[in-house]
Amino acid sequence: MTSHLIILPILLPLAVSTLLLLIGRRRRLEAGLALAASAALFAVSLALVFATDGPGFAATYRLGNWPAPMAIVLVADRLSALMVLLASTLGLLNTAFAITRWSRIGPYYQVLSQLLLMGLNGAFLTGDLFNLFVFFEILLAASYGLLLHGSGPRRVVSGLHYIVINLVASLLFLIGVSLIFGVTGTLNMAVLASLIPDLPAPTRSLFHAGAAILGVAFLVKAAAWPLGFWLPRTYDAANPPSAAMFAIMTKVGIYAILRLGLLCFGVDAGPSAGFGWGWVFVAGLMTLGVGLVGMLGVRDLGRLAGYSVLVSAGTLLAAMVFRNEAVLAGALLYLMISTLAAAAFYLLGGLIGADGSDEFEEPSLLESYDPEGDGLFTEEDERAVSLTAPVGILSAGFLICTLLIAGIPPLPGFLAKVAMLAPLLAAPEGPFPGAAVVLATLVIGASLLSLIALARAGIQIWWGEPDRVLPTIRVGEAVPVAVLLLGLLILTFTVEGPLGFLQRTADQLLQPAQYIESVLGSGGRT
Amino acid sequence: MEIVLALAIGVLSASGVWLVLRPRTFQVLVGITLLSYAVNLFIFSIGGLRIGAEPILKGASGDVAAYADPLPQALVLTAIVIGFATTALLLVVILAGRGLTGGDHVDGHEGGGG
Repeated sequence: MTSHLIILPILLPLAVSTLLLLIGRRRRLEAGLALAASAALFAVSLALVFATDGPGFAATYRLGNWPAPMAIVLVADRLSALMVLLASTLGLLNTAFAITRWSRIGPYYQVLSQLLLMGLNGAFLTGDLFNLFVFFEILLAASYGLLLHGSGPRRVVSGLHYIVINLVASLLFLIGVSLIFGVTGTLNMAVLASLIPDLPAPTRSLFHAGAAILGVAFLVKAAAWPLGFWLPRTYDAANPPSAAMFAIMTKVGIYAILRLGLLCFGVDAGPSAGFGWGWVFVAGLMTLGVGLVGMLGVRDLGRLAGYSVLVSAGTLLAAMVFRNEAVLAGALLYLMISTLAAAAFYLLGGLIGADGSDEFEEPSLLESYDPEGDGLFTEEDERAVSLTAPVGILSAGFLICTLLIAGIPPLPGFLAKVAMLAPLLAAPEGPFPGAAVVLATLVIGASLLSLIALARAGIQIWWGEPDRVLPTIRVGEAVPVAVLLLGLLILTFTVEGPLGFLQRTADQLLQPAQYIESVLGSGGRT
Repeated sequence: MEIVLALAIGVLSASGVWLVLRPRTFQVLVGITLLSYAVNLFIFSIGGLRIGAEPILKGASGDVAAYADPLPQALVLTAIVIGFATTALLLVVILAGRGLTGGDHVDGHEGGGG
């Protein structure tokens, strides 16, 4: 039974999406089934996390029971299990949030969500490069559908950009994969990693070219500068639960760079060790900078959240370059918390936003552009402060999101940044001298600037417009957000447990030899 | 044969890149299609260029060197199917955009700005 646990996160959403297609438009049944399936998937991924935290290195699942170099394998190590858990957490939230309203503005919402989950889980679990491509396409195809859900000119136009960019990135992915296959004759990541130290010199440069092209494709998915300008606009156009789900999609690109980078260009890679990390570091820093400038510049909630996703992607890309165990553990904690916080932010934006079932116009700006500045400060507000229940709940949620995204003390966003920055300054072995200090300065500056941007948005929403009519909140939508935020609050007090797991994950990531051994050797649990 | 294949891939990708950067949705679609042809040819060629070599081993034994590598053929088949499906999806979105915005500009309206 344990052995089949690995493939369950892929099969379960696939089976459920087929079932959902078959039952058609029976709303109650559809909602119940989708919710039950997402909850089951969450339980399965929790079980997978506990299973991988055992004594063995990584569990492998050989499809068709063919030995690893011949056929496709699924590999569940701690990083894979962690990412699957993150995806299924978001899947559960998304499903629960969408039932009340958003899944009804068009057909097949839940089907597409389940397929997106299947693609995500498959991409995290596979140990084969071409299989990774196939799962990428599955998750992208599902995300096209989710992005366009509800239709409208804004969604269609930004969806068009998103699809074209991702199609071109997929073609780059294919070129990279086929170059690597042409050079090494394998697509299995473990075999690939074991071949790299002994590549002859002319072949090695071709392999580097293939890996670099592949890396560009992953950086497009991770929305790194200068390939990520599609992200804020696209996510803003999507319906809120889909946008919350998309918060993990940049992390798929980051996961792929982390996994392949550490396997193929880690310490054991001979002359290839360290290839390309300097570029990733620069791209990460630039992404972080662009995200911050964007956060300060935009004037609506959806794009604010989009740029905060860029900030988190940039921080992660730059931090993982240091390939230090403690830094990686902190970065993984930051990955979890920033993804969940961005998702919560998108969902809150959905609660705060227009009350109608959907808006077809441009999004309402938080403040009209007013260079004279008399909109904000001249009017003395004499009104008594009275918070009605929904405003109280929404603003409390907004405050928690702000603290999480900016990484301000007592909440776990701060803990994650500390866990990342403290070892970063202690072990400065970056791509160039002083890299650690530059990154630390930027990350701390990012906290301040995000706080300014989010506080400004908060003032505009809660204090700036006394006449602003806030929509009534639906219990079915408020509960998932509240549960997520409460969970993150509880994490503040119990962060040692997850952090210990993340340290073991980082430790595992830095031993590519053991990964190869567990996939190819007979010792792997099958 | 190598030079013909290399030229074909080069011309297809160059035209594809130029078309993808054009402002009309139909040009972008044709560009994507040309690019995916180029990539498919490229994948097909990484197993080595051979004439008359079969990908399936006949009999229990045989000289493997006389056969073509079957894996790139399987890969290119998968890539063609996926590329075809996603291009069809893109076409639907383009048609929807044509209906909703009333034009065929990629930004949904004529003129500069996003």
